[in-house]
Amino acid sequence: MDKDKPSSGYSLSVNDTSHEISKSWLGESLLYVLREKLGLYGSKNACEQGECGSCSVLMDGVLVCSCLVLAANATGRDIKTIESISDDDSLTDVQKAFVDAGAIQCGFCTPGLLITIHDFLETNPEPNVLEIREAISGNLCRCTGYGRIVEAVQIVSKQKSVGKGGSDDSS
Amino acid sequence: MEFHIALSTEEVCSLLAEDPTREILAGGTDFMVEVNFRQKDPSAVIAIDRVPELKQWRHDGDAVSIGSCVTYREIERGPLSTIVPALAQSARTIGSPQIRNVATIGGNLGTASPAGDMIPVLLALDAKVTIRSINGSRDVSIDGLITGVKETSLDDNEFIEAIKVPILKGPQEFLKVGPRNAMVISIASLAMVTDPEQATIAIALGSVTAAPSRAREAEEYIEGFLDWDAMTVSSSVLPNFRRLVGEASSPINDHRSSAAYRTHAVGVLGQRALLRIFESRDDG
Amino acid sequence: MTVVNETVGIRQSGIGVSAIRPDAKEKVKGDFIFSSDLSSEGMLWGQTLRSPHASAKILSIDISDALSISGVHAVLTADDVPGENIFGLERADQPVLADDFIRYAGEPVAIVAADHPEVARKAADAIRVEYEILSPLVDSYVAITAEAIHPEGNVIRHLNILHGDTEAVGDVVVEGEYEVGMQDQAFMGTESGMAIPSPDGGIDLQISTQWLHSDQEQVATALNMPMEMVRVTLAGVGGAFGGREDVSMHVHLCMLALHTGKPVKMIYDRNESFLGHVHRHPARIWYRHHASSEGRLIKVEAKVILDGGAYASTTSAVLANACCFSIGPYSVPNASVEGWGVRTNNPPCGAMRGFGNVQTCFGVEAQMDKLANELNLDPVEFRLANALKSGDTIITGQKITGTAPVREVLMSLANHPLPEPPSDNILERPGGTGRTTDGSHVKRGVGFAASIKNLMFSEGFDDFSEARCIVNDGFIAIQTACVEVGQGFVTLVHQIVQEILGIEKVDILPADTSIGSAGSTSASRQSWMSGGAVMKACEAVVDSLISDLSNEEGITFERIGTVLVAPDGSTSIPVADALQGRNYDETVVHRHAPTVPLDKNGQGDAHVSFAFAAHRAVVDVDEELGLVRVVEIATSQDVGRVLNPIQARGQIEGGITQGLGLAILEEIVLVDGKIQNANFTDYLLPTALDTPTIEIAALIEEPEPNAPFGAKGIGEPPVISSTPAVVAAIRDATGLDLNRVPIRPEDIALG
Repeated sequence: MDKDKPSSGYSLSVNDTSHEISKSWLGESLLYVLREKLGLYGSKNACEQGECGSCSVLMDGVLVCSCLVLAANATGRDIKTIESISDDDSLTDVQKAFVDAGAIQCGFCTPGLLITIHDFLETNPEPNVLEIREAISGNLCRCTGYGRIVEAVQIVSKQKSVGKGGSDDSS
Repeated sequence: MEFHIALSTEEVCSLLAEDPTREILAGGTDFMVEVNFRQKDPSAVIAIDRVPELKQWRHDGDAVSIGSCVTYREIERGPLSTIVPALAQSARTIGSPQIRNVATIGGNLGTASPAGDMIPVLLALDAKVTIRSINGSRDVSIDGLITGVKETSLDDNEFIEAIKVPILKGPQEFLKVGPRNAMVISIASLAMVTDPEQATIAIALGSVTAAPSRAREAEEYIEGFLDWDAMTVSSSVLPNFRRLVGEASSPINDHRSSAAYRTHAVGVLGQRALLRIFESRDDG
Repeated sequence: MTVVNETVGIRQSGIGVSAIRPDAKEKVKGDFIFSSDLSSEGMLWGQTLRSPHASAKILSIDISDALSISGVHAVLTADDVPGENIFGLERADQPVLADDFIRYAGEPVAIVAADHPEVARKAADAIRVEYEILSPLVDSYVAITAEAIHPEGNVIRHLNILHGDTEAVGDVVVEGEYEVGMQDQAFMGTESGMAIPSPDGGIDLQISTQWLHSDQEQVATALNMPMEMVRVTLAGVGGAFGGREDVSMHVHLCMLALHTGKPVKMIYDRNESFLGHVHRHPARIWYRHHASSEGRLIKVEAKVILDGGAYASTTSAVLANACCFSIGPYSVPNASVEGWGVRTNNPPCGAMRGFGNVQTCFGVEAQMDKLANELNLDPVEFRLANALKSGDTIITGQKITGTAPVREVLMSLANHPLPEPPSDNILERPGGTGRTTDGSHVKRGVGFAASIKNLMFSEGFDDFSEARCIVNDGFIAIQTACVEVGQGFVTLVHQIVQEILGIEKVDILPADTSIGSAGSTSASRQSWMSGGAVMKACEAVVDSLISDLSNEEGITFERIGTVLVAPDGSTSIPVADALQGRNYDETVVHRHAPTVPLDKNGQGDAHVSFAFAAHRAVVDVDEELGLVRVVEIATSQDVGRVLNPIQARGQIEGGITQGLGLAILEEIVLVDGKIQNANFTDYLLPTALDTPTIEIAALIEEPEPNAPFGAKGIGEPPVISSTPAVVAAIRDATGLDLNRVPIRPEDIALG
């Protein structure tokens, strides 16, 4: 971006759609813009200091807290939110496992956790429990005590292992 | 209200030269917390996290030069994790995976918090910080850069370009105490690096002093009792060593911990780090 | 009695199966609308200005600068409160907006509406308030006798429980003093909501809460509006745990919306959330326990001081719980317990999961270990020897008429295998990723604790819930005002309809004030109260159906399961089939058995039903650094009947994690009444790496008489004895007394 148009609006690519954002306050976070300007309320605002992970999104494929991204600095980057991870009526394997394993109570942390876990399983499809716990250590949940969430990740991991011909009796 | 995305270090230099009140935005993980909590109301910002040369690291003689926008994650997981292992150990303790994905080594220095977890490691390694401005560049030591609690010697028109970190052959350790097992601000931390070729040991403390601080007396004391060939240390001197490490701290009481505990903890960390590197020998 | 290790029944629907939450799909897709996700055309953003001082006199408020900011639509103060400038859950003692005195740091002083949240914040900053700063009263003990900080005095409640022979003396006597720090509910979704002015001059309030009708009443009083003009609708709740039982932004939103004629939305940020709701009462507790040399409890003496903060909230009821159950789940013939709930200039305290039982459980379980140690008895054996059972009388003179499987809870847990020895992996030891703790530094400890919790509201409160079952040509809709906070009541509604009507598809109508109250989602009461109401509403539909069939066909059917059967067995028809083509609309109010207030000696049948639990914690401790890794927590719990195994497990795991938090991490740190750590960087919630594997040794299914489906509430017991179990385990590892929670590293390292 050149410095000739610093104060005008900017564009954001969110879930493969380009949006023109008119800037009303420089300090606006990506989270605020996603929620209040684009109506994408799936990313949640629980702490606004990067401690809870409820606002997790992918930016150029990298897992970030959208509350800590200056919205204007997300221009030219590919943003993916919870709204993009499954089609209208379908669920991803992780979403399905969350439902089946009882990983959801109030559900406020759920979208952020799902983004985190999808990202994590991309690089580590067969994690052990400690790896799962460290991977989600940036996503606070107050309802579940994490037990059902870890279980959900294990369900998916086991499915992936079976899916690629791995043995599931090793556990 | 203006916002710039710089694409080269030259551009950063000229944007800062034009208006030194413009604020630098790197990973944003400290910057945006201040904005969100209304401790900061930015009016002009230069984002430097897309400047290619700031996002890379390279070998530079007996050192690595790490661009200021290299992320914690890169240091934790990439090849640097074996080149500067203590730096990787500290990176892993900082914030959450989400934070580590974007937070940068330059940001950790620029924020200059006493609890900045990379700072003791870089100080113990005697890393040099390359400061850049339109007038050229200069190298300063870590304690030359960080002068107090969230205070640096950076001029308004300067920014951190790179950190030159010596590659040492010897073992190095970073240990950090916090009440949680992850994602916690340190109450006390300690870095210890050794260079068996030079027979030197360096110890730096985190979260227990206002500005970065080496435990020089403890270093000098223990050097006399180290056997660099056998990599052993006399067990009888450990209590003194531990006390001297603790005495190098000058902590505060706050809502995170008492000063007494911080002093105690760095002493314990010092002894533990030492005994991971040197086997305890009973001189009878 | 049956001990069930969480076996999932073979039935596919109804009570007892792991039915899936009806809102699960919306929640995993990010489509579920929480209160913070509300928006409306032309809406404004609200902001609250709060006092930075814990005690002060307001000399003047100047709103002119704030009003002059472009985009600001309203700036309101105490003078603008239309009705009574006072609210409160048990008694109205708290101003909507401070008018003369500030009594805690964070007390609302003025409110703003603007077209952008940042403009609203800047306007709030521009309000000039002149304070005369006073010295805050922050010591709960001093507060009992100190000059009053509130017109109603400092002692909110003083309670004595005198039972049996208060002069009795045991062979063995142990004493102890205990302290509990201020814990926060720290629900993930902060306070948020929207108020929309309606054409009739009334107001529609959409809000995340725990108790719609209590909100409605308090808002109507403050707005000086008839109740029916204040329509409160539940907006999606991001957790509650007691922290949403009180009114927070409710009146503020309505005032701003009525004043501007526009919808107004407000979201507290995390910092403000810490200021905007009540917390768990900090407690100071003294105990003296007497036992016979054979190991029977003879007498317990206790004194309990709860710091209620500046306003009453539910302090009276929390104190009653703390005192009534100060003995734990044990049979004690003699007791003398004295409690005070007091006002200070600390932040107000009120409901949090466990509600008073948490505080005294921490002390009494430490005392039980001390006594066992003194008597040279195994702590579990000692507890077993004194365990309450059905038919026993508790210290309030009330006989337990329901189930009390304390022995079964304790024994099943004691028999559960212990976990593996400490890990070889440094990341699994105390200190985690900080890499502090080598194997040789690890000491393992095991601790045990048990608890009692009263279910539902006590002390004569008229506790009821209303439910409506609408049948439209075989389609079912259920309406209640029961608040879903994540606990899974919405799942239970489906299960109840399936159980009684045999119909899978159920519409759950929005929870709002167009139906009668469901009471609060608290006190482990909604499965019993609103679940019971839904059950009865469904049964009322069946009764009407049977009556209609009787008139039409001359056969008076009887319902057996989900099937209607003729008395002679000649014909039968599923309820679901019989409902086809028919319409019913039945509304039923469900009450539990009445209770009475405690008398002057703290005696009376004040409680409805009791639930029991026990926890066993295994910890690894790095004594030198004072770091703790909780390795495993195992539990057994008296549940009456498991309604939904997976939801039950979720409640248990989540509750235990909050108990763990209180044991070693969570405390609101106050200096002169001001919160030092109103954020998630310094108020430390357990992360996934701090939370251990949670083992359910047994869920004891002994159906509770009079409880719908025999089920006891399960939400609170997990949080009560998990804290003392973790502390007992740390004591076991270290030999330290550790009489205060949360335990900080320095309490161990420098202890």
